[in-house]
Amino acid sequence: MGLLNVFHHQRKPSSSAKIAKERLQIVIAHERQHGRGLDYLPLLKKDLLEVVQRYVKVSDDAITMRIEKSEGMEILELNITLPERSESKSSE
Amino acid sequence: MTKVLVVTSGKGGVGKTTTSAAISTGLAEAGKKVAVIDFDIGLRNLDLIMGVERRVVYDFINVIQGDATLKQALIKHKEVDNLYILPASQTRDKDALTTEGVKQVIDELKEDGFDYVICDSPAGIEKGAHLAMYYADEAIVVTNPEVSSVRDADRMLGLLASKPRRAEIGDTPVVQHLLINRYAPNRVSTGEMLSIEDILEILAVPLLGVIPESTAVLQASNAGRPVILEKQSDAGQAYADAVARLLGEQKPMRFVEEEKKGLFARLFGK
Repeated sequence: MGLLNVFHHQRKPSSSAKIAKERLQIVIAHERQHGRGLDYLPLLKKDLLEVVQRYVKVSDDAITMRIEKSEGMEILELNITLPERSESKSSE
Repeated sequence: MTKVLVVTSGKGGVGKTTTSAAISTGLAEAGKKVAVIDFDIGLRNLDLIMGVERRVVYDFINVIQGDATLKQALIKHKEVDNLYILPASQTRDKDALTTEGVKQVIDELKEDGFDYVICDSPAGIEKGAHLAMYYADEAIVVTNPEVSSVRDADRMLGLLASKPRRAEIGDTPVVQHLLINRYAPNRVSTGEMLSIEDILEILAVPLLGVIPESTAVLQASNAGRPVILEKQSDAGQAYADAVARLLGEQKPMRFVEEEKKGLFARLFGK
């Protein structure tokens, strides 16, 4: 047993720790994004929609929003689908 | 100036109470006047770890509800001067703990000239855990080198940044410290345990200490003596280093490298 262990010790480490680290990095990055977004995202979405609806007739589900994170930068992606023939609400 | 320090983790069983007992005892040994409060209402255990379970007469909830004074409820440690324990209640009524009640007790400890109030948080993210961190100036987040406790530690760090009173009133944020418990350097070197560097890379919080996996911890809890009093033990010494760092000293991390075995031990040892 002892003799075998000498060689076993030299072997490349079985890196379940490496797998653990990678899994953690992914799940934590995801959760941090959600944790932050959840606070204000729905309210921001509602406010933005109200502003847009002041000028253009759009339905409540015409707005989509998501936060994307890349290379230390966060991008707020906002998508509003306008109706085919947008009628201006503003008076002339 | 009293410092309120919460010991928290999210996940249960990672060593919050062991850490609360060791850190509070270490601070008291360093000459600070310390009160350690068990916030785990209904599941009191700090009294056992501190070895004062037979001297509990009144508890935290009795004080909050006015059935006892704080002086009556605080248990003075027999071996260590300036160390006082406020046990949790065994009531099943979780609502017995209130924000105002906690404030009242902490304010009174401040008036009485305590240097440190250590809040031993329950596991989870329910009311007890929130109240344990609510008045905190500093926090020790305890984690094990294991996926679920690291993930929960990250959750707690997020809550510590947003939930305590300091965050609510826009004061300077709660100072965060990380304590890695049950570390086994030999398992790290074989690649089967997350390393200190792995955990720090993920959590990005200043490291207060690394406590090695140690038989001394169970022996100390069996005997009801905070492990920091076992001066010869590795875990006791690692906790003593952590306390010194908390007080501003620079200490190198010990017990974090695998013990080098000689050829003889490697051939014939285990």
